[in-house]
Amino acid sequence: MSAFLQRHRGLLILAACIALLPLGVRNDYHYDVLINAGLNAIVVVGLNLLIGYAGQISLGHAAFFGLGAYASAILTTTYGWHSLTAMGAGMAGVGVLAYVVARPILRLKGHYLAMATLGIGVIISIVLNTEAQITGGPDGMSAEPFSVFGFAFQTEKSWYWLVGGCLLASVWLATNLINSPIGRALRALHGAEVGARVVGIDTTHYKVLIFVISAMFASFAGSLFAHHTPTVTPSILGFIKSVEFVVMAVFGGMASVMGSVVGAFIMTLLPNVLASIEDFEPIILGAIMMGTMIFMPKGLVPTIAKKLRRKEAP
Amino acid sequence: MSLLKVTNLTKSFGGVSAIRDLSFTIEPGTIHSIIGPNGAGKTTLFNLITGVYTPSSGSVRFADREIGGVEPHKLAALGMNRTFQNLQIFHNMSAVENVMVGAHLHLQKGLLHSLLRLPSLARSEVETRKHCWELMDFVGLSQYRDAEASAMSYGALKRLEIARALAAKPKLLLLDEPAAGLNDTETREVDEVIKRIAAQGITVVLVEHDMKMVMGISDHILVLDYGAKLAEGTPAEIRSNPDVIAAYLGNVG
Amino acid sequence: MLESSIQFILAGLTSGAIYALVGLGFTIIYNASHVINFAQGEFIVIGGMSTVALMAAGLPLPVAIMLATLVTMAVGMALAKFAIQPARDADVVALIIITIGASIFLRGIVQLVFGKDIHSLPHFSGETPLNLMGATLMPQSLWVMGVAAALILVMAWFFNATLAGKAMLATAYNALAARLMGVDTKWVLLSAFALSALLGAVGGIVVTPITFVSYESGIMLGLKGFSAAVLGGLGNGVGAVAGGLILGIVESMSAGYISSAYKDAIAFVIILVVLVARPNGLFGKKGIDRV
Repeated sequence: MSAFLQRHRGLLILAACIALLPLGVRNDYHYDVLINAGLNAIVVVGLNLLIGYAGQISLGHAAFFGLGAYASAILTTTYGWHSLTAMGAGMAGVGVLAYVVARPILRLKGHYLAMATLGIGVIISIVLNTEAQITGGPDGMSAEPFSVFGFAFQTEKSWYWLVGGCLLASVWLATNLINSPIGRALRALHGAEVGARVVGIDTTHYKVLIFVISAMFASFAGSLFAHHTPTVTPSILGFIKSVEFVVMAVFGGMASVMGSVVGAFIMTLLPNVLASIEDFEPIILGAIMMGTMIFMPKGLVPTIAKKLRRKEAP
Repeated sequence: MSLLKVTNLTKSFGGVSAIRDLSFTIEPGTIHSIIGPNGAGKTTLFNLITGVYTPSSGSVRFADREIGGVEPHKLAALGMNRTFQNLQIFHNMSAVENVMVGAHLHLQKGLLHSLLRLPSLARSEVETRKHCWELMDFVGLSQYRDAEASAMSYGALKRLEIARALAAKPKLLLLDEPAAGLNDTETREVDEVIKRIAAQGITVVLVEHDMKMVMGISDHILVLDYGAKLAEGTPAEIRSNPDVIAAYLGNVG
Repeated sequence: MLESSIQFILAGLTSGAIYALVGLGFTIIYNASHVINFAQGEFIVIGGMSTVALMAAGLPLPVAIMLATLVTMAVGMALAKFAIQPARDADVVALIIITIGASIFLRGIVQLVFGKDIHSLPHFSGETPLNLMGATLMPQSLWVMGVAAALILVMAWFFNATLAGKAMLATAYNALAARLMGVDTKWVLLSAFALSALLGAVGGIVVTPITFVSYESGIMLGLKGFSAAVLGGLGNGVGAVAGGLILGIVESMSAGYISSAYKDAIAFVIILVVLVARPNGLFGKKGIDRV
């Protein structure tokens, strides 16, 4: 049991935060912001498995988020599917797509991989934008309400608990994965790829695997997003959105699951806080991004954790 | 039957031959050393045997299978493992996790098991960690059981790589300059470790500059010069071989 | 048929020339610091916008162009000095975030100073289209291609024939060795940012009469420039120029013959195919993992 506590200390803190946050919530708008932060956090937890742990960049992950969202919207409205089935189909489809593209492109390294993932994101975004008969084009489309076993999630409050639960589950799964032989293989191929190969790790296999898993995390969050938001529009899967996800992961802390969550919450809340000084928002956002990377390149959570550890040690 | 059989092996980089028409065999259960002046092609030979480079021509057979050009991770599954002269340590992990990566081939790796941390996986993880701590003890790294790899000295990391390679349970272990950069005490410790590894029935091939160590522990020595074989034999034979003496001392006089 | 092909090629060469300049800007900075500067597109916007503003303030076009270029170069050097130099030892991903942060920051400033409106500049030599084998060509397109060609030639001369240029190339090849030989690598970084800001600004200014400029136009141009540099093979100047021209022509051909909605998608599909076939770009060299 104590091993569980040690491994999942972050998970427990997160659960406590999720339980206590509603005490400070005044209105539905607050809930809405928190729900979006939670959905972003699910994407970023998955993305960080790829970037932070396996060391492979993706500048196209918003496309997988968007595909999940559009799958749910299209399948529940146009085809009348149940929301859970639609979500599952979306994740499966995104998984297959990610697998197909991952095999060739994950041979690329560094900036070339960044370019390739960016390209895939742009292509998917253009397709969804252009095929207006299916997707509604730039106007977007909406999904049927989300329901599980007959219970339809309608209020912001019920969504808050749903997303909170899903986020906890995502963090739990990701933490388990990192501390398994698969997780070690991922970290090893990041740390020293040749070293990993000579001890028997098929590095290509693991890169593809984690790309697929992180894409499915994004698709899952995208499906939930589609049911929660009034309309799904192509803006959710553009290049800028992909960059935002990467920024959340890096800002919070690469190779840190809790860092992903913290990064996603801060970067989602920040624009809302800055909304009152709208004109200065991008300037402050840009300055924060540069400042964090210059002064704490490891990201927020690992830097703070290190400071705390140093204080504890004599 | 020989464990490793190299026949007419050649590797050139942009027209320059780093290894030229090299043939030799390695018998199981022995300690072999490959020596030669700097630039003789020792590390290139290691990279060819372990699949990091693809041979330009010639054949490498391991356990009676052709392995020239086979990817490194498949060779590891066949029972070949190695360490690196310039280290290939996973600095983003703890010391024991580095060794646990070495055990990768022998672990349960189901995705569902990993995501849900099913009891069978949790148990196997505990056992693996214990086993890897024992391997760290074996190579003399007991005090680093809870250390991060990034906090360890060069000499300790060299031994950590040996422990990692052992965790893969190899039949053939290739050590690329295991004593380079170590002080005398550390060299003697590594010397002991290599002998104990061989005593377990693992065939050891090492590239090494420390002649005292090579002469002390090798059953068989291969001398390379400019990528080709200069001499081969027991330490006593090598010591009295005029070509070897000329290659090593000739330039001095 | 032939006429329309010529028309598309001319249009492609015009936008390709700009992509080539931006791609070259990426390459120069990449060579000096191994940083991919995602704020490259902002140089174009700052160049174009400042010229618009300076002309509105009553300055004649040539003076406005010179001042706007200097402003952009100053911005580039400030970026190098305050954002890149302090983070020299950071991870590749951290550096990517810094330059993306810089681009958001600069976009915010442009929006604050110049507003969100779309601006344009007068055509340099009037708007009477020229006739070329049945295809029409705006004189401004000639300006774009001519200025781009001139800048590219100047850059080629600078890097191959001047001591300063060779010092920059040496730094790209081996920073430590260059430092030991007395090259001031901090100076190299500043110059690299100044040079690519210059390329971006001038490119932005000559193209503004055709494409207009708004605070947002840097994003897509930056991406296209990056694509051009990667397509040609990162770090290879000739590759970046070729990559830019290929990209421009592919885009304009796909827009003309296939679908204008899918022109960007087709361009990216081709880049992906090239990268899968040649993981280091069209003109890049294969690297070997040293162990």
